Amino acid sequence: MRFYEYEAKALFRRHGLPLGKSQLIEGPEQARTAFSALGGGPVVLKSQVLSGGRMKAGAVRFADDAAAAEAAAAAIFPIRVNDQACRSILVEEKTQVEKEYFVAITWDGRAKRPVCVFSDMGGIDIEEVALSHPEHVSKTHFSTIVPLMPHVAKQAVAATGVTGSDLNKLAPIVFELMKIFLAYDLTLAEINPLAKLADGRFIVLDGHIDLEAEARGQHKKLLADLGIGDDETRQARPPTAFELAGVRVNSADHRGVAGNVVEFDGNLGLVIGAGGGSLTLFDAVRKHGGQPANYCEIGGNPSMSKAKELTKLILSKPGVEKIAVMMNVVSNTRVDIVARGVIKGCLEAGKDPAETIAIFRIPGAWEEEGFKILKKYGVDFCDRSVSMYDAAGRAVAKLRK
Amino acid sequence: MSILLSRDTQIIVQGITGREAINLTRENLAYGAKIVGGVTPGRAGRDIYGVPVYDTVRQAVSANAEKGIRVTGSIVSVPPNFTQDAIFEALDSGIELIVVVTENVPRKQVAQAVEYAGMKGARIIGPNCLGIISPDECKMGGVGGPAANTKQAYKKGTIGVMSRSGGMTTEIASTLTAAGLGQSTCVSIGGDAIVGTTYAELMPFFEADPETEAIAIYSEPGGRMEAELAEWVTTHRSRLPIVAFMAGRFMDEMKGMRFGHAGTIVEGKEDTTAEKIKRMEAACISVAERIEEIPALIRKRLAERKR
Amino acid sequence: MPGTFIDVRVDASVARDPEIAKKLEEICPVSIFAAEPSGVRIVEENLDECVLCDLCLPAAPAGKIQIVKLYE
Repeated sequence: MRFYEYEAKALFRRHGLPLGKSQLIEGPEQARTAFSALGGGPVVLKSQVLSGGRMKAGAVRFADDAAAAEAAAAAIFPIRVNDQACRSILVEEKTQVEKEYFVAITWDGRAKRPVCVFSDMGGIDIEEVALSHPEHVSKTHFSTIVPLMPHVAKQAVAATGVTGSDLNKLAPIVFELMKIFLAYDLTLAEINPLAKLADGRFIVLDGHIDLEAEARGQHKKLLADLGIGDDETRQARPPTAFELAGVRVNSADHRGVAGNVVEFDGNLGLVIGAGGGSLTLFDAVRKHGGQPANYCEIGGNPSMSKAKELTKLILSKPGVEKIAVMMNVVSNTRVDIVARGVIKGCLEAGKDPAETIAIFRIPGAWEEEGFKILKKYGVDFCDRSVSMYDAAGRAVAKLRK
Repeated sequence: MSILLSRDTQIIVQGITGREAINLTRENLAYGAKIVGGVTPGRAGRDIYGVPVYDTVRQAVSANAEKGIRVTGSIVSVPPNFTQDAIFEALDSGIELIVVVTENVPRKQVAQAVEYAGMKGARIIGPNCLGIISPDECKMGGVGGPAANTKQAYKKGTIGVMSRSGGMTTEIASTLTAAGLGQSTCVSIGGDAIVGTTYAELMPFFEADPETEAIAIYSEPGGRMEAELAEWVTTHRSRLPIVAFMAGRFMDEMKGMRFGHAGTIVEGKEDTTAEKIKRMEAACISVAERIEEIPALIRKRLAERKR
Repeated sequence: MPGTFIDVRVDASVARDPEIAKKLEEICPVSIFAAEPSGVRIVEENLDECVLCDLCLPAAPAGKIQIVKLYE
């Protein structure tokens, strides 16, 4: 889950990383006050938005006086960047930058360790720098169980040729960022640019923090301190009410998964699973020309009530007449438990399961029991001899009739 | 033949009294796996389908050692908050092969466990996986479900299966079985961004297994695992033809969204399905668009190799 | 009231035994049994969660607990 820049900086400030003076404003009318509070010098106004590409979108502007600051703020607030709304504006004193650096810590799934990527050519696309000037980009892996030592950060910086007092000022910043990365279960901790000012100081100009969704429970205090609510999913686009309801369905009990609901515009409700099966089935429905009303995942043997509530949620979406209940051959998720859940969901939604369930294709664990239940309620089902692809085709064809 | 485990592997289940663990204990026993102990703190003295329950892994291991049984495998099925400790406990008690079923374990905890396993010379499969099966030999974990269902989906043969998706492990095996292609060993490696064992790390085992003749893998967006596999296959001039099924093609249009496993968020050009297909094809890995195409592609590749 | 799919019946002869009630509550992975001073109570809203593990059957004398599949 991504942090807004001001949240990332609040976290950095707690850890003593050097930051410029700034003020957060919630509306353009606060821009003048912020401007004078920062000393009346030139400022930069930056949209607080969960997306990159702010500069290009015109959501970062400069102002030399109070009136210009207010005008800039008024211009920035309505701008959506990659469909993300502007939450607030961070007004910062404009600084004289001499040189820009890049540092990011992330996970390397191949090495199965965190990797620190450092460059003395910051501010621009790091992937490009890595291709054109590989000697200016260092990649340093570090242990998650051996105590983290400052020399690891020093190595990361020195490997790009940085030396002298710059090295001694940069290394502690990089070291602190590594510690922050580990302390808060982050998946990304980035400072870009990390600026060297004309007066020789180093400050964090912009930062990007991603906290692992699975670790939210362990950092409740931090999230509360930053004012991040439980219902903020922080996906690439803001969640819909339907998706938030999906989150609630899944968190109702800890047994299995029936969630990861993503809303789409179509008319075919999907009760699909599991992780890989859902991707496969969503592709198949689209390939057949079907229009999914949603994406979701059931798996890990969810309770009957979770499957039921998910079914009811999907059926509550306007325009959804039928649902397709499909999974790969299941091992731990049980055919009979899911069958009970979706049928009960239909019944509680006041719908006939036989009419509402376009196809039930979940073969595997406990299928004999499951198929008995489906037969009793007259639901159209198929076994593993019908492929996932063909089952999706049958559901799509039914909706066309 | 089997890789990683055999019919003589002696296994314990950590968290044995939980709803999922009860299920998989019954299923593994019925399939013939040697489950010789379970662990749930505070529940020592109970038994689950005849398997004695202990408070600690150490007790489970030493009680078996007294009977001359050397426990080398553990299935970890405990809630996410307890998973890291459970893995460390297994490692500290000398367990060599740990299948971690639990989902939603934060990746730092996984990385620490994997690093520690490396120091101990042990292997972790998962987390967020269904386990390992060598048909007619043994299975560890929920893979395949109840014994009868497992026998229906998995038949002994010569195809190795590796999958980031637990469910798709069985779907692929079942499709192969229906087409008359049995499997040597199938490994559900787990869907998280950091897993104990990757595709490329399993390849040397399959490569060394005389009974494995080809590999089928499940593939999806996110991560660099397929790139790593493609690299391994090329640099080691693998003898094994590989066929991959690629799911999640729709995700290429929806950058930054997370669908499927924790590992599937598309972060860069490199981990889109289009890019992965390109890389795999460059390494002579055939890519299927539909699962039902896999058997024919494998037969084609095997026939080409014999020529 | 039975569930939609599953009903669990405890014979009257054992339903008031606190020992059996305790065992049932402990063994059931989906909390269908609640041990109360008066004996075992069936938690109706959990009936359809039954996973057919049969672990409750040996917790009482043979035949005293019945799991009924209402869809058969």
